[in-house]
Amino acid sequence: MLASPGAFAEKAGMAEAAASETNRAIEAVFRIERARLIASLARMTRDVDRAEELAQEALLVALAEWPRSGVPVNPGAWLTAAAKRRAVDGFRRAAMRERKHAEIARDLDGESDMSVEAIEAAIDDELGDELLGLIFAACHPVIAPEARAALTLRLVGGLTVEEIARAFLSNDAAIAARITRAKKAIARAGVGFEVPRGTELAARRASVLEVIYLIFNEGYAATAGESLTRPPLCAEAQRLGRILAGLMPAEPEVLGLLALMEIQASRLAARAGPGGRFVPLPEQDRARWDQLLIRRGLDALAKAEALGGADGPYVLQAALAACHARARRAEDTDWAKIAGLYDRLRTIMPSPVVELNRAVAHSMAFGPEAGLRLVDEIADAALLRNYAPLPAARGDFLFRAGRLDEARSAFENAAALAGNEGERAFLLDRAAACGGGSGR
Amino acid sequence: MRVMVFVKATEDSEKGLPPTEEMTAMFEAMGKFNEELVNAGVMVDGDGLKPSSAGKRIAFDGPNRAVIDGPFAETRELVAGYWIWEVKDMDEAVAWAKRCPNPMPGPSELEIRPFYEMEDFGEAVTPEIAERDQRLRDQLAGE
Repeated sequence: MLASPGAFAEKAGMAEAAASETNRAIEAVFRIERARLIASLARMTRDVDRAEELAQEALLVALAEWPRSGVPVNPGAWLTAAAKRRAVDGFRRAAMRERKHAEIARDLDGESDMSVEAIEAAIDDELGDELLGLIFAACHPVIAPEARAALTLRLVGGLTVEEIARAFLSNDAAIAARITRAKKAIARAGVGFEVPRGTELAARRASVLEVIYLIFNEGYAATAGESLTRPPLCAEAQRLGRILAGLMPAEPEVLGLLALMEIQASRLAARAGPGGRFVPLPEQDRARWDQLLIRRGLDALAKAEALGGADGPYVLQAALAACHARARRAEDTDWAKIAGLYDRLRTIMPSPVVELNRAVAHSMAFGPEAGLRLVDEIADAALLRNYAPLPAARGDFLFRAGRLDEARSAFENAAALAGNEGERAFLLDRAAACGGGSGR
Repeated sequence: MRVMVFVKATEDSEKGLPPTEEMTAMFEAMGKFNEELVNAGVMVDGDGLKPSSAGKRIAFDGPNRAVIDGPFAETRELVAGYWIWEVKDMDEAVAWAKRCPNPMPGPSELEIRPFYEMEDFGEAVTPEIAERDQRLRDQLAGE
């Protein structure tokens, strides 16, 4: 290569690299501010789509101005001011067509919150409240549950449509359609972007927690696809949980959900064995549990309990997860405490699966006979009739009670109901370990 | 991704904490910044460390272990505090670090270091290696 054109190209390349580095830095700042920016704009325009557009336009203004002027001291306030000014321009243009908008534009002119300083002053109380309002809107019960998750990840998590599609093993078009439907549902129902008050708050909060936990579980127990877990989705749910706990620090169930997710996520690395095989809790290498997340989880749980929330469904589930997290070895697990927690959980969250787990906990704490008694009480539940874990648990209790013939037939029953080959092979092994034979 | 952000020591931080007005203002600004980190779901952990005069070093040389008492000389290489943040990428970590108030009265430095993650070992730890690892561990445990 010739020296001079090469050097020239190199110089141009360097300038380009420097420019793209500046852009990346600006985009990183924008990503940090994006959710709060959209929240603020949605409340102003009552229109999520428009809010997203305005935020995007504010980014373009920043990309044009910041390389010259430098990143402002308070970039969030700067972006909000820039976007709001554009919103007002939009209202003014629309005012030519509609009188109603003319009034809005006049109101906005009267407001003094268009300056960076005013927005900066309001940043502590108002913007936190606005972000919370956006989270509540994105998780509104008028939206279908999977669409709530997609919309929350888009608006609050700042994930792109492609990233959400990858996370849910879906395609871009399907996710984009889901998000569009969700936005339409919000607009149709006239959902406000304020934080709900009074009695509405509890119901709406439950929906928010449900959405975040759904996102977490989609990552933790991947329901589809090749890999057992999708940690990035868990991380995103934890982040949302942390944001919510920061904004609602006195809500025990918010802290309970955060504690539950932090503790469960602490086991992500230990759950995947050789060849992507699932490693059940008692067999996990506890040295691979993330002690930092466990500590965070135990802290959040302690706060939730101190706030008087010990009997909330998420706090109870977190307390259960904490029992395992505290045990350095599987044999150190406090099964009596776990049994007691399940006794309480079944009264507020009755489900056949909780009943079955309760039976297992009682068998571990008080012996196989106790487990058998409880499992026989629920054996007729319609939901559990074809549920392999039920005869499998029964087989385990019988085996430990020394009733090997009965154990073998329970394991064989379970194997016949098993969902996949790995599970079936495991159960047939256990049947064979009971000795004798079924004569087949 | 998870990063650790080190607050590098300065001569001031090595002297301990004289409760000056400047310090109080800094703590207030830092408290606000920390609150922002919490509300953004970024903060995982963080704390301040006492000057190196309160620290000790263990020096290894073959089988020998020597204990060295602080303070340690190379101030700029010392750490006065840390955070652990959960961020999307290094760009985001840098953007957050830039809005941190100066943690020291004079010039100072933050250093951002990413943690190793499972994916970093993704290709290196093949199922076969992991399995061999497990076999070795089982053997050590007496089969």
